[in-house]
Amino acid sequence: MTDTSEFEDIPGTYLFNKDRCHEGYHLNMFCMSLMKPENRAAFRADEATYLDKFPLTAEQRRCVLERDWLGMIHVGGNIYYTSKLGATDGRSFQYLAGAMSCATQEEYRDMMLAGGRPIQGNRSKAEQA
Amino acid sequence: MGRIVAGLGTSHVPAIGVAVDQGKTQEPYWKPLFDGYEPAREWLAGVGPDVVILVYNDHGTAFSLEVIPTFALGVAAEFPPADEGWGPRPVPVVKGHPALAWHLAESLILDEFDMTIVNEMAVDHGLTVPLSITCGEPAAWPFPVIPLAVNVVQYPPPTGKRCFDLGRAIRKAVDAYDDDLKVVIFGTGGLSHQLHGERAGIINQDFDRRFLRDLTRDPQRLVDLPHIEYVREAGAEGIEMVMWLIMRGALDDDVTEVYQHYHVPASNTATGLIILANQS
Repeated sequence: MTDTSEFEDIPGTYLFNKDRCHEGYHLNMFCMSLMKPENRAAFRADEATYLDKFPLTAEQRRCVLERDWLGMIHVGGNIYYTSKLGATDGRSFQYLAGAMSCATQEEYRDMMLAGGRPIQGNRSKAEQA
Repeated sequence: MGRIVAGLGTSHVPAIGVAVDQGKTQEPYWKPLFDGYEPAREWLAGVGPDVVILVYNDHGTAFSLEVIPTFALGVAAEFPPADEGWGPRPVPVVKGHPALAWHLAESLILDEFDMTIVNEMAVDHGLTVPLSITCGEPAAWPFPVIPLAVNVVQYPPPTGKRCFDLGRAIRKAVDAYDDDLKVVIFGTGGLSHQLHGERAGIINQDFDRRFLRDLTRDPQRLVDLPHIEYVREAGAEGIEMVMWLIMRGALDDDVTEVYQHYHVPASNTATGLIILANQS
């Protein structure tokens, strides 16, 4: 079997492997449906009814409705797909990254302007423990 | 015969395309980045390639999780810019080069690289942003483009070695092409960045600079880098950098670095651009 467990040692990082693809398939394909303008309009008109078309788990559904961007990643969402929901809301990749990783948008913006999140101390959960 | 004269590596950050499309390239945030692109534009215009092979990744646009090709080669006569959720970018339609693209597809598959052949494909920022970076805002792109889309979203992407070897096979195929064509190959994506999770925003300048340096000094070190090193050191989405090795593999063993530009940040990302010319 292919072993991807060493990737799980990287803090705050969710390798989009077979398990996450399987878990998040319908969540991500819901996001993919928003690539079409008519679907974006239907979703905006009635989010809950639109979501009924996709067999999401209760937690996936909650994450979408509440725009819990980090929560979506935890239940199989992939950023290249959840960003399509972001685009529907007029949100940039930078906004989503800030929402997932910092207390405020200002904190994230300032961190990036200062050269980004440092790699030191962020390589390994084992190293952090 | 065909001739690959040079390779160009560049990031393809979507926000760079937005800055171009919204006329923001001279704003203080973007100006240093775009100033660094000028020499590359002049160089490319001077070379005047007959065709560009552009290695990039699709970001859930033409492909989704329904079908995930590892290597997909576009053989169409044209490729429309994609609607990525906010309408298509206002950039020219990308003209293809079906004759060379089909030759590549046949040659690569018979050379045991099992390419997916794509007759219809919209192209997203992964392909159009490198064109904006290297050509600015022309009414039509100055050369035809053969898109080569690589899966780097679903684990596992191809290994660095596989990418490098594919580059080698592309070189062989271009060399065997009947017509006299001047070809430049682009490798795109990266550099260090992570877009998701609590670790979003990772930048590793040391990793990036060593990567840029070793494209000329020690490509074998890069060929041997395992996926975990990219993900840990350059961020989960930094894995895109394996695509630069297709470009590198298509060049001579010894190349001349013509130009290099590195800038942090563009949105969430460390950006790089490098030009490598064959000496032969």
